[in-house]
Amino acid sequence: MSGNSYSEVMGRRNEIMKKALGMDYDEFEGRGLLFDYEGMMEKAGYSIEEVRRIQAETSVGNTPLIELKNLTAAARKLAGPGKGARIFIKDEASNPSGSFKARRASVSCYYARQKGYKGVIAATSGNYGAAVASQANMRNLKCIIVQEVFDSRRIGQPEILEKGRKCEAYGAEVLQLTVGPELFYTFLLVLEDTGFFNASLYTPFGIAGIETLGYELTEQVRKICGRDPDAVLITNAGGGNLTGTARGLIKAGARGTSVIGASVDLSGLHMASDRDFNRKSFTTGHTGFGVPFCTWPDRADVPRNAARPLRYMDRYVTISQGEVFYMTEALAQLEGLERGPAGNTSLTAAFSIAQEMEEDQVIVVQETEYTGAGKHLTAQLTFARENGIELRRGDPMDQVPGKNIIIPSDPSMIRAKDMNMEDLRRSYIRNSLKNNNLKSDNLSMEEIQFLAREISKPEDIVRSMLKEIN
Amino acid sequence: MNRTGKAVPSGTWVQIETTVLEPEERANHLPEETKKCPLMLWVKGFLEEDAEIGQEVTVRTIIGRSLKGKMIAVNPPYEHNFGRTIPELLTVGKELRDLIEGEG
Repeated sequence: MSGNSYSEVMGRRNEIMKKALGMDYDEFEGRGLLFDYEGMMEKAGYSIEEVRRIQAETSVGNTPLIELKNLTAAARKLAGPGKGARIFIKDEASNPSGSFKARRASVSCYYARQKGYKGVIAATSGNYGAAVASQANMRNLKCIIVQEVFDSRRIGQPEILEKGRKCEAYGAEVLQLTVGPELFYTFLLVLEDTGFFNASLYTPFGIAGIETLGYELTEQVRKICGRDPDAVLITNAGGGNLTGTARGLIKAGARGTSVIGASVDLSGLHMASDRDFNRKSFTTGHTGFGVPFCTWPDRADVPRNAARPLRYMDRYVTISQGEVFYMTEALAQLEGLERGPAGNTSLTAAFSIAQEMEEDQVIVVQETEYTGAGKHLTAQLTFARENGIELRRGDPMDQVPGKNIIIPSDPSMIRAKDMNMEDLRRSYIRNSLKNNNLKSDNLSMEEIQFLAREISKPEDIVRSMLKEIN
Repeated sequence: MNRTGKAVPSGTWVQIETTVLEPEERANHLPEETKKCPLMLWVKGFLEEDAEIGQEVTVRTIIGRSLKGKMIAVNPPYEHNFGRTIPELLTVGKELRDLIEGEG
């Protein structure tokens, strides 16, 4: 065993990961920027039938699909004649730990148990912590959750404090850290110390677990509406929710369904900043994760990220914090569903996008999350006010993340904003070249084909992007 | 008070604090305001020996790991709540009901 300085531990990361994952990612690596994504998903993942069986053992999945009739009626009042798709929501809050993350945790904990690990560890400040802790209990595994919680004044977001409490309620050991990407260093040290399994969100298991969500919702929409969903709205952060759901849609044969990612716009706030940390009211589902993970997925806590959203995403929209809080209130007031704000990011975008669609079309919001003390819009808005954020009714167009939160004066002001997909794809290609030390004019045919699959565009588009980058 | 005369008896559920990285040990490319602060860690566990608040102690975590750090709290509470009333949200439901029930 060598020393524990930051650089020494980071230097051992591959070796630590190999032990903590029970698999060697090297076997999927190819020449240059090549890597066998589907091979990895097949070899290390599980089939949809296996995942359904694993999840049934711990009561995960089979959540209700609820039609939001009043919100659909409101959207139709605002839309043009004949417009306003039927809006459905998949009530993922009814999973054991209160979010869709139970799906991801279920497969990781199953695998960890099969492989003989004594416990599981996850680095997360989100709902995933409670999901891993809950599933670990059902599989008789110990659990450690490493969270980024506090700024240097030791002030923490109420939402994250609640997520930590929930992990402790399930008997997990919770390591609470101040702001900074070196959380990964602590995570590696704990993996090494315990020999536990790295229940990363980004392994093939973590993604296979979500495929059932896309699969189930397709079956449910077919049963209720007699058609495939026309669009599925997915809150996007690390890309796993989108990737897994889209793969599930494909496995269910819903090939015509449009896959739309949605993130809260936090542009201008730095994710590693001690000052900005408590100036945001969303700790996940925002552009601060969504954009960097889209344009370079392999920044994750595993050697290769199984979440690769650009392979599946047809459209990516942003929405402001104030709009999501408005829709969270609307969901409680109109539909009788009190759910956590972060999960309602995709709902907010769906309310806007439904107005572009025809009345006979179907749009599905694929998650909700639990709510409670701390993880509630009144708690989060109180915290924002205490941290000097201006809160008012007005036009969400005037929002400045970190400075104000604007609750729309009128629901007609709720508007999903399209991100430029071409820019994201170009940025992905640029990052891929940079991180592999390759030049744009020197790629093999296989590498160009690989990039085409990575950004879900034909090879000639990849070639013209490569020319522009050159 | 107990036999050793120390305020917090062994076995008590406490919270400890440790410095993971001093500012000069932190990663490169951090924003200045983050880089100038140490990376701190807090964790809870059962106290292994009688001690005073502020002392370096060893705890046994809930899953049985032995960790060292400065004891900062005894039976630490959860204090997050539902916050204050947010007047800006109170009329949202009515506004939407009026929209649905209105003409047109």
